[in-house]
Amino acid sequence: MNWISNYVRPRINSIFSRRETPDNLWTKCTECGTMLFHREMRENLNVCTNCGHHMGITPRDRFIALFDGGVFTEVAVPAPVTDPLQFRDQKKYPDRMKAAQKGTGEQEAMLVAAGDIGRTPIIAAAQDFTFMGGSMGMYVGNAIIAAAEEAVKQKRPLVLFSAAGGARMQEGILSLMQMPRTTVAVQMLKEANLPYIVVLTHPTTGGVTASYAMLGDVHISEPNALICFAGPRVIEQTIREKLPEGFQRAEYLLEHGMLDRVIKRTEMREELITITRLLMGLPPAIKGDLPAPEGEATAEEPSAK
Amino acid sequence: MTQYLEFEKPLAEIEGKAEELRALARENKEMDVAGEAEALDQKAEELLVSLYADLTPWRKCQVARHPDRPHCRDYIDALFTEYTPLAGDRNFADDHAVMGGLARFDDMPVVVIGHEKGNDTTSRITHNFGMARPEGYRKAVRLMDMAHRFGLPVISLVDTPGAYPGKGAEERGQSEAIARATQKCLEIGVPLVSVVIGEGGSGGAVAFATANRVAMLEHSIYSVISPEGCASILWKDAEKMREAAEALRLTAQDLMSLGVIDRIIPETTGGAHRHKEDTINGVRSAIAGMLADLSKKSPKELIKDRRNKFLSMGSKGLAA
Ligand SMILES: [Zn+2]
Repeated sequence: MNWISNYVRPRINSIFSRRETPDNLWTKCTECGTMLFHREMRENLNVCTNCGHHMGITPRDRFIALFDGGVFTEVAVPAPVTDPLQFRDQKKYPDRMKAAQKGTGEQEAMLVAAGDIGRTPIIAAAQDFTFMGGSMGMYVGNAIIAAAEEAVKQKRPLVLFSAAGGARMQEGILSLMQMPRTTVAVQMLKEANLPYIVVLTHPTTGGVTASYAMLGDVHISEPNALICFAGPRVIEQTIREKLPEGFQRAEYLLEHGMLDRVIKRTEMREELITITRLLMGLPPAIKGDLPAPEGEATAEEPSAK
Repeated sequence: MTQYLEFEKPLAEIEGKAEELRALARENKEMDVAGEAEALDQKAEELLVSLYADLTPWRKCQVARHPDRPHCRDYIDALFTEYTPLAGDRNFADDHAVMGGLARFDDMPVVVIGHEKGNDTTSRITHNFGMARPEGYRKAVRLMDMAHRFGLPVISLVDTPGAYPGKGAEERGQSEAIARATQKCLEIGVPLVSVVIGEGGSGGAVAFATANRVAMLEHSIYSVISPEGCASILWKDAEKMREAAEALRLTAQDLMSLGVIDRIIPETTGGAHRHKEDTINGVRSAIAGMLADLSKKSPKELIKDRRNKFLSMGSKGLAA
């Protein structure tokens, strides 16, 4: 399509390119305070081994755990106009962007990848809450459109992991326009009869919830994730009363009919394999290790063109 | 009685003096104040012109929210015949923040949908200040479906501070309702034209304004977040709403430069709240013009037109 201006050659990511952190360092569980070694945390996908609390996970780490052998190919996202409004609050928007890029090592708040899960080819997109609160601006919109187009091109399901405080205010009205834009992306999948699975992770709020995150064929969430349009504080100010325990959490939404399932992160991969294979009319996944099929190596570098 | 905005205070003083003079003259027939009163009128007129010549974004927000500004009901009464309101989402309730139904525009059967804020305390409460709950968006979805089936153009009038942030609204799926309404806007094979008549507040506005053509009144606003909300998050001080209004680029003029809207409907000097009739007539011709633009398109072309409009949006930023 005409809006694709910058094409970046896909690069292969593998488990070997992960940024290594020393295994002897520890992190405190934000819920129960248990000290968890980094290696232990990583192996358990940032889920506390003591209380089961789900802490944040970056899209890259999530993909490494999700895709077979940790191998995936990034799908290129067209670069939008930078700082379209010349936005400045107490800081300039480009400065906030630079800080976020430096802090996360990522270009923007969404990562799109193609790869296999349980030998099921899928496209996955994941939002990065650590990058300016995962906020949805032009780039995230472009990423979701690119993900949908790639899914349609390759006839694959799209699995989208949402995590965002909402729209990116620094892009003003253009961030708001990502609500209809991403809805068009969802329509592309619908028309191609391809499954669109949304995994709502903590937190998914505002314009993100009110667009692509609530338009999936299947809605899954991680335990205790906050999912809402208006945040609890805004509501408490409006109605001037305390909200009940667990309000707007995943289990509450499940109870109110907004989600299909609440699934632990450590069981998510199996869940997604099962659902995508069911919807794609594929035979059940074969459990356990398989030898590499003929003519395919596990972490082969792409041949240069 | 005119309700003056904060920045119109000097105007209120001059007009007040002129009014006082005339009241005095009515009591004392021999007093000749005509000249003096006229001079004050002249002064007021000049001041009004200068105040409205270059409204700051924050002042535009105040004008857009002026209680006397024509609301959805005023437009429906003036621009449509045979307005037949249709109620309810067939699921839970009828949301009075959203008006809608069948009507005729220039004799042509249409569906009209809009946010209504209300005009006095009682009606404002009835209409929940134009803040819709899920039922309002679901009613709109139902009406858009009907329009699609019977080939009726849809006209939406946007005027909302935003979707209602309430407990029940959240429980009943505010997010899902907004998402579905936006999706429905993109699906219907009939012309969909939208006018932002006051406030275009975030997702609550998008749900009705994902249209083939979008027009805004000259002093209306359309934004991802209210200036007050933005100020309290980014400046950590809600009082910085002037700065936030500036930074957000929420005016009709900025949205036009960004390619987000298609036309600006001029307001007579002093704003829509001083010139209801002019404003309503301006909206009438804008709707007629937008519908005429789309009249030759097939249902498929209308859907494609709408999609491409939004897909290509954002290709240009504002000049430095
Ligand atoms: Zn814990």
